[in-house]
Amino acid sequence: MTSELKRTPLYDLHLSLGAKMVEFAGYEMPVQYADGVLKEHLHTRAKAGLFDVSHMGQAAIVGPDHETVARALETLVPGEILKLGAGRQRLSVLLNDRGGIVDDLMVSRPATDGRLNIVVNGACKEKDYAYLDARLPAGVRLERFDDRGLMALQGPMASAVLARHAPDAATLKFMSFTEMKIGGFDAVVTRGGYTGEDGYEISTRGEDTAKVAKLLLGEAEVAPIGLGARDSLRLEAGMCLYGHDLDEDTSPVEGNIGFVIGKRRKEEGGFPGAERILSELANNPSRLRVGVRPEGRAPAREGTEIVDMNGAKIGVVTSGGFGPTANAPVAMGYVDFAHSKTGDPVRLKVRGKELPATIVDMPVVPHNYYRG
Amino acid sequence: MTTKYTKDHEWVRFDDSGATIGVSAHAAEQLGDVVFVELPEIGKTFNKGDDMAVVESVKAASDVYAPISGEVIEINQAVVDDPAQVNADPEAGAWFVKLKPTNPADADGLMDAAAYKAFLATI
Repeated sequence: MTSELKRTPLYDLHLSLGAKMVEFAGYEMPVQYADGVLKEHLHTRAKAGLFDVSHMGQAAIVGPDHETVARALETLVPGEILKLGAGRQRLSVLLNDRGGIVDDLMVSRPATDGRLNIVVNGACKEKDYAYLDARLPAGVRLERFDDRGLMALQGPMASAVLARHAPDAATLKFMSFTEMKIGGFDAVVTRGGYTGEDGYEISTRGEDTAKVAKLLLGEAEVAPIGLGARDSLRLEAGMCLYGHDLDEDTSPVEGNIGFVIGKRRKEEGGFPGAERILSELANNPSRLRVGVRPEGRAPAREGTEIVDMNGAKIGVVTSGGFGPTANAPVAMGYVDFAHSKTGDPVRLKVRGKELPATIVDMPVVPHNYYRG
Repeated sequence: MTTKYTKDHEWVRFDDSGATIGVSAHAAEQLGDVVFVELPEIGKTFNKGDDMAVVESVKAASDVYAPISGEVIEINQAVVDDPAQVNADPEAGAWFVKLKPTNPADADGLMDAAAYKAFLATI
């Protein structure tokens, strides 16, 4: 491990918890703790898990008023940002001029006028920030929060746990956020996450992150969870990992995340690659991201060829592994549109054999969000 | 009965009936929770170093190489049915296959337990 790798505010805590550290997105990150990936995954689905996601990029787009800032961002994303309500968050994608995805990101609108907060992937943040700096119009600028920490608390007991320290957390709506104190520390808390479970993302000052983490880990229901289980949880939840399931050649229509394209935006266009994306919406894309369920026990990993019943290549697995909650192999990938119907039989080329599989709906494990 | 090891973390135990093969406790620990094991068919023959079996954890797949040349005379269906056995009892109950060795000289290149332990200290 080289000395150039960055560390999050929780680095020392990870070591003290017995984490196995790996390089991820330029950071030394915990891939698992002593319990291992399987138990960490199941613990998150049963109780609550705490994830360090401080490697992700936290920033704001700042201008004179909401309309100016929203219209500026709308030149780079296909989402409805203008009508995003204060206190609300939504998933969006930064697009290149070919309609490919530069990154997926969370966009949220704080109460302060003329600001939009964003959270981008750790591995993409320098690229994203350069893109935003280059493309945002005069009068609208990017403000980075490199010194903030970010954690996710995920699982069916996350709400009960967090409410002990921040009572307002219990009734916070899904994909909403607010400022609150957690054990006296300032935090920006968003309800949502990347596991399919109820939960929160908690942004704090870097110097407070470890203190808040220790507070939450002190609760009996909470265990620390590494990147290994984060990946198997999001895979079961049908969520994309940028660089694997989404990339600069892939449009949001192909990626089967058409919900990031706002209704007004479909009518007006005005985002990068609009011609391609609107054409794919009208005429179907040539390929589509789908869930793939191998019939046996053998996992189909990233890169596995998907073939039709005659052995002709129709696609490729972009994320695959074993789903501990599904207790079965789980995969997603891209197939030719003609083969993308749920229930269609396909075969997976694993170690020279063609294993039977089926195109399935995602998520494989149902989402368990707070809808109160 | 002595157990020998390879640098790829397989173990081999020789007796009159053949050579029993599995993956070392170190390999099982590095893999993490094993969720899938694929074994060869009985009757299949391997040269030393061939891909012989596959073991997968939640995150990763690993090949198991034939530590010696031989013909498969027995497989352990119990590890296929319950892959977690590989973590629970890697160097005994969770053996993978039994080979009938075809080249006795293959055994010479294997490490004994002390040499394997010394090797682990270097990686």
